[in-house]
Amino acid sequence: MGIKRYVATRAVTMFAVLMITILITISLVGSNMDVILKQGVAFQVRSEITDNPAIAGGFLSVEKFEEFVQSQIEQRMQILGLDEPWYSPQRIGLTMYKILFLDFGHATFLASDSGSTDVRDIIFEKLPRTILLFTTATILISIIGIFLGALASSRVGSMTDRLTSSFAIISSSFPVWWIGMLLIFLFAFTYQVFPARATPDIPSSDPGYIGALLYHMTLPLITIVLIGFGSWAYLVRNFMVGIMQEDYITAKKTIGIRPRRIIYTHALKNAAPPIITILALSLSGSLGGAIITEAVFDWPGMGRLYFDAITVLDLPVIIGATYVLTAFFLVSIFIADLLYGYFDPRIRAGV
Amino acid sequence: MSGAASREIRDEFLKSKMGMVGISILATLIIISVVAVIAIPVETFQEWNNPQSWISYPKVAVPAWTNLFLVEKAPEHLILDSPDTGSIIGDVSLVTSSFAFDYIYDGFPNDFIYEFSAEYSGSPLLQMYVLRPDGIRMDILSSSLPYLEARTTHTERVFSTDYSIKKNIAMQSDTFGFDLERLPPEELLFSYTDYNEPLKGRYVFVANIYHTGDGIKVSDSRLIIGGKAFGVMGTDELRRDLAVGLLWGTPLALFIGLVVAIASVVMGLLYGVYAGYRGKKTDETMMRFNDVIYALPALPFLIILSITISNSIFVMAGFLMVFGWVGVAKVSRSMSLQIKTRGYVDAAGMMGQKDSKIILKHILPQLLPYAFASIAISVPAAITTEAGLSFLGLGDPSFPTWGQILHDADTYGAGARGLWWWIMPPGVMIALTGLAFVFIGNALDAIVNPRLKR
Repeated sequence: MGIKRYVATRAVTMFAVLMITILITISLVGSNMDVILKQGVAFQVRSEITDNPAIAGGFLSVEKFEEFVQSQIEQRMQILGLDEPWYSPQRIGLTMYKILFLDFGHATFLASDSGSTDVRDIIFEKLPRTILLFTTATILISIIGIFLGALASSRVGSMTDRLTSSFAIISSSFPVWWIGMLLIFLFAFTYQVFPARATPDIPSSDPGYIGALLYHMTLPLITIVLIGFGSWAYLVRNFMVGIMQEDYITAKKTIGIRPRRIIYTHALKNAAPPIITILALSLSGSLGGAIITEAVFDWPGMGRLYFDAITVLDLPVIIGATYVLTAFFLVSIFIADLLYGYFDPRIRAGV
Repeated sequence: MSGAASREIRDEFLKSKMGMVGISILATLIIISVVAVIAIPVETFQEWNNPQSWISYPKVAVPAWTNLFLVEKAPEHLILDSPDTGSIIGDVSLVTSSFAFDYIYDGFPNDFIYEFSAEYSGSPLLQMYVLRPDGIRMDILSSSLPYLEARTTHTERVFSTDYSIKKNIAMQSDTFGFDLERLPPEELLFSYTDYNEPLKGRYVFVANIYHTGDGIKVSDSRLIIGGKAFGVMGTDELRRDLAVGLLWGTPLALFIGLVVAIASVVMGLLYGVYAGYRGKKTDETMMRFNDVIYALPALPFLIILSITISNSIFVMAGFLMVFGWVGVAKVSRSMSLQIKTRGYVDAAGMMGQKDSKIILKHILPQLLPYAFASIAISVPAAITTEAGLSFLGLGDPSFPTWGQILHDADTYGAGARGLWWWIMPPGVMIALTGLAFVFIGNALDAIVNPRLKR
């Protein structure tokens, strides 16, 4: 299997996954969605007729009027194709086509900060904030993790090594959001350093908004980094320990290259492929974890949008957010696969 | 895995300190679960989300043991039951309920509530007074119970906020050497007469019900002195005893963790081994399917599933399995690819043994140590995922888990209000349960993959 074929298979799989995800999502929320759509259309038609005195005044009895309204609604439904059941192939096909091109329709309850109810506007307003928080966190985590992991692997069995490993094991079993609650307790209640709610309380048009956003970001950032870097360090350490046992490292040691140089140039370079793969994966993984973390800190990003949408059952937003989250997730898995394929000589050579 | 190998693994495991710590935490958790199931009846804990059944408990009370570390003792919440003694004086029958207790705290109680059920006809009289440690008797209330035509049971709760109690006490204002204005009844009844500080000592609350005519039956009479400290774990905003939730959370967490982990590892193992053993087209197809499931975003899906299908804890466990088996399948496939090239597997195949038999007898046993390690490692993930879903408010309301307690804590802003006893224990329990299995898993892993040990 050559590199081209490898890329092609991965791309096809990813696209299939994306389609399956949308399909499952639609079939799960489809019937509810249908009811909401129909109610919306009925309401719209009715208000159009009632707002027009020329039509509304021309009826003798209420029954006649109702009959007319009903027939108008039915006509509109037919035009929009809503008379077919939601699971009919045409309708599902149309919905999927729309979603594929980011047309999610209008939100039922939620709105963006600027007041738009277009799901796309809402999502693209929140997405940069999530990326800001979680990308910063992931970069910090990986820097600390790689450094600490390399340090631990250079002194296997030392105090540093044991501390890193135990911290990794212990921190990985705490839920991030719980640590978040504790830190809110500690830094927002006991020592009032950071705000408990991460949403800045000034409007986004204010020039000081970026500063306020960064200040409000500190507490969630600390939480994510605190929980994340341990397991990174542990993984890097394990890769490095494996590599340090290889013959070529022993050879370098015997010809007298300084150990520090061996670790940070030769060994780390060889540990790079799996590390980069994990970097891409943890970036996407953090996006999924964002739902809970952002709910705890009230960070105004995608995760909280998703949480709010669930709370009020705003289906168009749920579908849209699922699509965007999945797309991000898949793109990073895809990149991780590509990088792995690129770095792993066995795949590159088509073994 | 031959007998000798399994014994070797067991011996090595027993030598591993980490593994033993894990096992002892797990044993403790199992003991807690057993105690919870035996000591707390299922009915009590199913009432968890029913505010009616927690009405006698205090709101956001700290655990009672915190008093041990405080100079100023916070008033403990007291729920006092009393046997009702009846006597007859002339044609008046009298039922007396008296409640004696030692008040040793440095603050006033929040309130007090007297509740009882009485079966009568006519209109009896309720009279309440308190005998204080300094010997003063103070009348609290004297009022008639509602008139009942036919003999029925009347249930009443007398609250200290009752206007007539306030008026009654105001009439005894000459007992006190300070201004009574705006002070609630409990801050007077429990106060020194010269200045407004809590008077410590033995108090006796007496409630008398006088009735003429046919007999009166009083039952369930109870005095509640509302305090700021209660029980081993305190209570939450909805007056629930957190100890009940925490205890019952243990078997639930163990159930979810173990069921999900075991089922998904078994599924993944069979799937992977079969794919690896068959190879070629079967392997390719099965692994593509595996890739698809692997790439599905688990948390958004779990959320949508729990909203649209069901949030029952058992259904949730099923959904968690769907996303749990993928990783195991990948690893066990590559392991079975290696194992099937070994001579004895070939030999078994040539001897004409059936595929199923070869897989079960020759390949699966080789993977068992790995399977046990991955079961242990997947338990914490299942528990934290369930806790996370519950935290988002998608938990099963009939089975309150630790995640749900934290969800309520978050809803009522426990972090920013400093209610540490509501946040700390559930999280610590989640983490401890996770740690137990991570320790066991890592100890097993170190034995199975000796390369990491160095």
